[in-house]
Amino acid sequence: MITISDLTKRYGKTAVVDDFNLSIAEGESVALWGPNGAGKTTVVRCLLGLVSYEGTITVNGADARSSGKTVRSQMGYVPQELSFYDDMRVVDLLDYSAALRRIGPDRVDEVTETVGLTPHTSKKVRELSGGLKQRLGIASALLPDPPILLLDEPTSNLDARARDQAIGILEGLRHEGRTLVVTSHHIEEVGMLVDRVVAMEEGRITVECDPTDLAEQLGLRAWLHLILENGSAAKALDVLQVGGFEAKRNSRGVLVEVSAQGKGEAIAALQHAGITIEDLEVWR
Amino acid sequence: MTASPAEVQVTVSERPELRLIAAVAKKEIADAVRSKWFWLWAGAFAVLAAILASSALPGSQVAGFGSFGRTAASLVALAQIIIPLMGLTLGAYSLAGQRETGALRFLLSHPISRTEAFWGTYIGLATALFATVFGGFGVAGVIAAAQGGGADAASFVRIAILSWLLAIAMLGIGLLISTFTASGSSAIGTSIFVWLGLVFLGDLGVMGTAVATKMPVSALFISAVFNPVEAFRLAALTAFDGSLDVLGPAGQYAVDSFGESLDVLLIAVVAVWVVAPVSVAWWRFSKGGDV
Repeated sequence: MITISDLTKRYGKTAVVDDFNLSIAEGESVALWGPNGAGKTTVVRCLLGLVSYEGTITVNGADARSSGKTVRSQMGYVPQELSFYDDMRVVDLLDYSAALRRIGPDRVDEVTETVGLTPHTSKKVRELSGGLKQRLGIASALLPDPPILLLDEPTSNLDARARDQAIGILEGLRHEGRTLVVTSHHIEEVGMLVDRVVAMEEGRITVECDPTDLAEQLGLRAWLHLILENGSAAKALDVLQVGGFEAKRNSRGVLVEVSAQGKGEAIAALQHAGITIEDLEVWR
Repeated sequence: MTASPAEVQVTVSERPELRLIAAVAKKEIADAVRSKWFWLWAGAFAVLAAILASSALPGSQVAGFGSFGRTAASLVALAQIIIPLMGLTLGAYSLAGQRETGALRFLLSHPISRTEAFWGTYIGLATALFATVFGGFGVAGVIAAAQGGGADAASFVRIAILSWLLAIAMLGIGLLISTFTASGSSAIGTSIFVWLGLVFLGDLGVMGTAVATKMPVSALFISAVFNPVEAFRLAALTAFDGSLDVLGPAGQYAVDSFGESLDVLLIAVVAVWVVAPVSVAWWRFSKGGDV
């Protein structure tokens, strides 16, 4: 469905995407994962023809450079942040987007209902919260009912609640069989939304794997914040340090550094020592 | 809900489509109507035009002009200052401002070509400028008519049309600036600098150079028409009696050299300024730079 061959994008002498190759099958959900500046957003912009590039991109056989309108007609794009058209009403923005795609007003009603924007259609864009703006971006992308959705850091500017809601909507879209291309630097989000992760660094692919293997493949470590019953923190610290974990006190509990796949070992060590864990969080 | 790829029938034309140009133009007009800057410009132009029309007292004779003519002559002076600034800033901010906020990226993520986006923007802004210019001239015209004018109504209308042509010529230059600048603020700054150059420095520069270098009158005339604001002023002034005597030797030279065709020449120069900058801006924008 999407084939990217030898893609290179340079700004001056610096290649921000360097000899990038990727094929994405119909209905597949792929994350471009990496730190800021890895080149993942640039790949999306190349797919949309927003920037010049070297190499070839085809979507269902159409070349993105010479048949840009054809390619974009098959895609919906959700920007990182909808920070423009502030003075437009939600419904006017969607009508505009629909007019650019030869879509009738009935479909606007349908997508606003789908993403839960119906009570907000007469508000101006500037009056929307970050979460609602993100829903508006998704609604606009869904207008043509596209087989492919490109989502650029879809939850990066959202608070926890709005993020959960956005992920819920995106999970639903994934299960409808659409092809999703998501850029992200959140491992948890990637795990919930995609079938395959393409990790990038300095414009190149470093790892391609199942999302559950990403942290291990990259050798990423996490901190477990364990909330313990009162009075057991000192004992827990001893148990963990004897067990070879790096651990330290943290208010009512301990912080212990673990490998991506090694969280259970730390928890098992404490349970074996009879220490009750009341709650836990994973910090990356 | 989603069409499977096997069902996807892509019937998108890669050629420019009028409906897409119209959709962008309509949105630009709606943006202009919502914009406080648009109303500020339109209001300022209308108020100043009304003041000038009211001060062209009935019965007074200025260079032989009737009421409409006197008002129009005053409006030429007003238009050559305000309209370039209006057109330049509007054009310069349009693409650069949209690029800065991400709106241009959002627009071009739709199945629309850069050519369609560009001409839609241009037509929308040109329409907004049409409303501003003719609104101002309309107010002034009503006042002049109430004062008993009428003999020079045709000249008045001609100057209004020339003013709009000046506005869209400046819009084209503004859009060209917009294709070179990354942010809205630098585009506005550049456009103000260009406005100063065209409206003040160009005029003074030509005069100064002419005095210092003892420039021949032919060169003085040619230098003047290279400036779109000057070309507009000359074209507008010929509306009254077909003469540029009031401009001194250069005007006399123009009349002597070009005679009857002077009028056509000046309008052609303004037309070139309408077409050339916007065409270069379109070429730059559509060739596919990064947004």
